[in-house]
Amino acid sequence: MSEPVIEFEAVDKWFGQLHVLRAIDLVVAAGEVVVVCGPSGSGKSTLIRCVNGLEAIQGGELRVLGESLTRPGVSMPALRTRVGMVFQSFNLFPHMTALENVMLAPVRVKGLGRAEAERAARALLERVRIPDKAEAYPANLSGGQQQRVAIARALAMQPRIMLFDEPTSALDPEMINEVLDVMTDLAREGMTMMVVSHEMGFARRVAHRVVFMDGGSIVEEAAPEAFFAAAKSDRAKEFLSKILTH
Amino acid sequence: MLDLAVVVDNLRFMLLQGFLGLGAFGGGTLRLAIPAIVLGFLLGIAVGLARLARTPWIRVPAGAYVEFFRGVPLVMVIFWIWFIIPQLVRLPIPEYGVALTAFVIFEAAYFGEIVRAGIQSVPRGQVEAATAIGLTPAQAMRHVVLPQALRNMVPSLVTQMIVLFKDTSLASIIGYVDLTKAAQIVNDREIRPFELYLFIAVVYWICTYSMSRVARRLERRAAAA
Repeated sequence: MSEPVIEFEAVDKWFGQLHVLRAIDLVVAAGEVVVVCGPSGSGKSTLIRCVNGLEAIQGGELRVLGESLTRPGVSMPALRTRVGMVFQSFNLFPHMTALENVMLAPVRVKGLGRAEAERAARALLERVRIPDKAEAYPANLSGGQQQRVAIARALAMQPRIMLFDEPTSALDPEMINEVLDVMTDLAREGMTMMVVSHEMGFARRVAHRVVFMDGGSIVEEAAPEAFFAAAKSDRAKEFLSKILTH
Repeated sequence: MLDLAVVVDNLRFMLLQGFLGLGAFGGGTLRLAIPAIVLGFLLGIAVGLARLARTPWIRVPAGAYVEFFRGVPLVMVIFWIWFIIPQLVRLPIPEYGVALTAFVIFEAAYFGEIVRAGIQSVPRGQVEAATAIGLTPAQAMRHVVLPQALRNMVPSLVTQMIVLFKDTSLASIIGYVDLTKAAQIVNDREIRPFELYLFIAVVYWICTYSMSRVARRLERRAAAA
């Protein structure tokens, strides 16, 4: 296995009294694509939000790209430039065009010149297959287009890891594939990805591993073929029977 | 009968002295209103941000400031500064300084609340997205939150600016020669209250109406983007 880039060691997290992550152990290797699934409230979104420090952990250790997030003095903004994130509700900046959304971090964080940042941003919009929407504001884009701009924005800082938090859950069905196609391209190019998703077709085709969570714990991890063909735990079987019946 | 000659005869005094503040008395409605709006708003941004600070050492005093000044009459704040501060510092403060200080301090409480509400109207996901691409909290505020918040604030900001503009007439109670005081001076001599006070009402109305027109245009332009 290649070098580990995300390492959870006995990680615990609480929201007040609520124990949302329970003794999580999980290692993701460079270039690996891990799909995290499970019923709502199982802690899967919280799990990936810990990786870029949007959520702090209260117990155990979490190392990302070799850096411990619990070590005092660790620079989270610097780490976040190496970990891209895509949200369920896109969260594009509505007062900026698609191009400006993608350029913001390279210009403000990396200090790139505008001309250079713009060239890179246009190349990224090309890569997510919407070069013609560069000047459009988010309000004038479809959900699928918005989510692809969001992916380009996350890629702008050339991250080594990409986190996807239910990237297609807010999309109309006919737009899901255009987003999944872009994600598939990324995976094939060797990007390390953690994807919270119920797109089982995507998991089957693209993922190296499926992680099933319930009640804040990882209940089962397996290669996608094994997981879909013969889930071991009853909870995973029950979950699969619910989402795969139609 | 309405006799507008009294307005015409005293037009220069009321407009130049009272409205603009060009003349022997200092004074002037615009000379007070414009810096009061600008400085009050700037202090208001600071107050609004302080209200949202994580540390209670900043948040609680800012909250107390807002609650206090929203709870007392403006006239009282003007009187305090007029009567009490000069005694404490043992220096006379001119009417202009008193009025401007009172308005900035008082209005910053209202502007602060507008700024706070505007910032809170920006969805949390915006801050998360800004954070996730590596922006520091200050950069996220500057480039992502404030531009959107300001847009949402425009209607309430303009309303508050209109209120402030009209409230400058209260400065006349300490002898500050604004438009209202100028009309009063003329009326003391001419005794034509109906014409004179009707005239200044028209001047105030024209100003506030143009403010709301500008605001509406700003809102439309923001909505188009």
